Amino acid sequence: MTATVTSSTSAEASAPTQLTMAGALNAAMRDAMTADDRVVVYGEDVGPLGGVFRVTDGLQAEFGTDRIWDSPLAESGIIGTAIGMAMYGMRPVVEMQFDAFSYPAFEQMVSHVAKMRNRTKSRVTLPMVVRIPCAGAIGGVEHHSDSSESYWASTPGLTVVMPSNPADAYSMLREAIDSDDPVVFMEPKSRYWSKAPLALPVTTAPMDRAEVVREGTDVTLIGYGPTVRTALEAAEAASEEGLSIEVIDLRSLSPFDDATVGASVRKTSRAAVIHEAAQFGGYGAEVAARITERNFHHLAAPVLRIAGFDIPFPSPKLEEYHLPTANRVLAALDTWEWDA
Amino acid sequence: MSLNVEHASVRVLPSEKPLRLLDNAGHAVTGAATGGFGLPDSETLLDLYRKMVVARRFDVQVTALTKQGRLATYPSAYGQEACEIGAVAALTTDDWLFPTYRDSVALLTRGIEPGDILAAFRGDWHNGYDQHAHRTAAQATPLATQTLHAVGLSHAARLRHDPVVALTFLGDGATSEGDAHEAFNFAAVWQTPTVFVVQNNQFAISVPLERQTRAATLADKAVGYGMPGYHVDGNDVAAMYAVTQAAIDRARSGGGPTLIEGVTYRIEAHTNSDDPTRYRAARDVEHWKRRDPIERLEKYLVSEGALTEALRTEIADAAEALAERTREVMTTEAEIDPLELFDHVYGRDRAALLEQRAALEAELAAGAFASHAGAAR
Repeated sequence: MTATVTSSTSAEASAPTQLTMAGALNAAMRDAMTADDRVVVYGEDVGPLGGVFRVTDGLQAEFGTDRIWDSPLAESGIIGTAIGMAMYGMRPVVEMQFDAFSYPAFEQMVSHVAKMRNRTKSRVTLPMVVRIPCAGAIGGVEHHSDSSESYWASTPGLTVVMPSNPADAYSMLREAIDSDDPVVFMEPKSRYWSKAPLALPVTTAPMDRAEVVREGTDVTLIGYGPTVRTALEAAEAASEEGLSIEVIDLRSLSPFDDATVGASVRKTSRAAVIHEAAQFGGYGAEVAARITERNFHHLAAPVLRIAGFDIPFPSPKLEEYHLPTANRVLAALDTWEWDA
Repeated sequence: MSLNVEHASVRVLPSEKPLRLLDNAGHAVTGAATGGFGLPDSETLLDLYRKMVVARRFDVQVTALTKQGRLATYPSAYGQEACEIGAVAALTTDDWLFPTYRDSVALLTRGIEPGDILAAFRGDWHNGYDQHAHRTAAQATPLATQTLHAVGLSHAARLRHDPVVALTFLGDGATSEGDAHEAFNFAAVWQTPTVFVVQNNQFAISVPLERQTRAATLADKAVGYGMPGYHVDGNDVAAMYAVTQAAIDRARSGGGPTLIEGVTYRIEAHTNSDDPTRYRAARDVEHWKRRDPIERLEKYLVSEGALTEALRTEIADAAEALAERTREVMTTEAEIDPLELFDHVYGRDRAALLEQRAALEAELAAGAFASHAGAAR
């Protein structure tokens, strides 16, 4: 079996090559498995097939079936057994295949993964990573394009991160696997095939930090995962009209980096947050509330949310009407009173 | 000890009549009813008797303390001692136990201190003992969820080539939960060293067994997953011990998982807030009281001359001493630091939690909570 990624597994950085996010994630798992034999990978179709998105491509051929294997098709079983394995000191990295297929595991995630450290006074910790391919814009039929992040992010005890680019994908997954606490690692499916020149191994900012990915002075646009690109497109278009937009890639949904976001908002005095998930009760509500509570007197306008409609995720031919676009972002910014 | 489990076919249904080594009159059973299992030796049976007597006294004491308001709640295992102790006594100290909220007397048998077992029910914290030191997971409340943890842990041990077995308890009601089925299936497919002990105490709070299953026995379910199942008289500690021991041996030697159903009865209410007169007849409870697991073994041991009056007194004294220790620890208020609320959510500090901790600390310092006036550290 041929791996999609030919990056070095040694500690020495390879020469930069074009790498997709899927390839960067694959390399991160390969390097983590090489570095620590307690790292095991399992889930549905992750073995010979290499995962439905090929993120685990080639790993079983390289590491064998005791390190990476196909589990029975039952998500609660996958998460529940990973808890037991982590209790024994292993570092399981398990895949949920698609957002909506993680729901059978909700009880294990919320009642045990999130709470084990707390209920045992830190005597039992769970060094495990739950990889969840997430969000839409891939033409998926129903149940294949959900955005489940607010369920996890609103659960105390979980750490929830979502990279938006290949470098972060590698670095954040390595950090998540090294973490002694469980990490919900959300992978925006529409970005799996996005490329960047990358020399591995790469270490980007710590995974609990937000990053300013484009500096600006007039507006703070906040995105995560797939909507970072949307924010950057909007910023580029706006700059042609003389509007300077600062773009923040949240990277971490829990914890929320109040410091980085707050500093930006106090500079620009205007903020908007973009996500694919439905607006009502979505993650953007928390972002808007935190910005407002902490920076109200610096704000010149209400914090806006540019989000999916409050509807179940649409069928493939209708998803383009639902997903936030750069144009929709710019139209939203136009609703502010700019002369006030 | 019989190791007929080696020859067990996973396609053969468990016997519809529960497998038994001692009958209710305390006589050794012979023939097919034993399933080929042999009676444990007298020394083992005496040890099981001692553990059951101590456990019964503990259980009665805790129920009394709960009625006095010393515990928020207590799910009693009165009458289920043979299931609890017969199974757990077969584990080594390297093996893991994954208990539920009803398994306090099993935890006692694992050597966990009464105050630590009961911390959860007193309300001091969700769990009070060192899970790694005792190789005993925290008591699970969400039904059947812990069965998957047992499968995962024992699979990890197997991958590490450690001869460790995980035993998990679940109730008859819990066999209706999806996680139980996923655990049975994962264990069988992965051939993990896991022993599932279903304590069929006939009721899930108020709902009787016939509203949980149409299967002739809960042990039958094992067949569909491709593992051996045993339908055992759960009030016969000799049988519970022998069958569990064989399942553990089999698991340790790479033979995979086993499902054991112990047929018993929940003599007490579900918890102190339950009213069993609404859903079952007193005569049914009396019927099962006449099948008491401790009396059964006692009759046998006395008839064999293994249980002398002196020994019986010694065991009763040990049980009384434990009850006294339990009373002492449960009538002493544990020191609780409210600021510890923030200490075990994440391994790394989080700014938001530190802010909330400081806010609570200020409230405590201001005397906002009478019960903790000046308690801030």
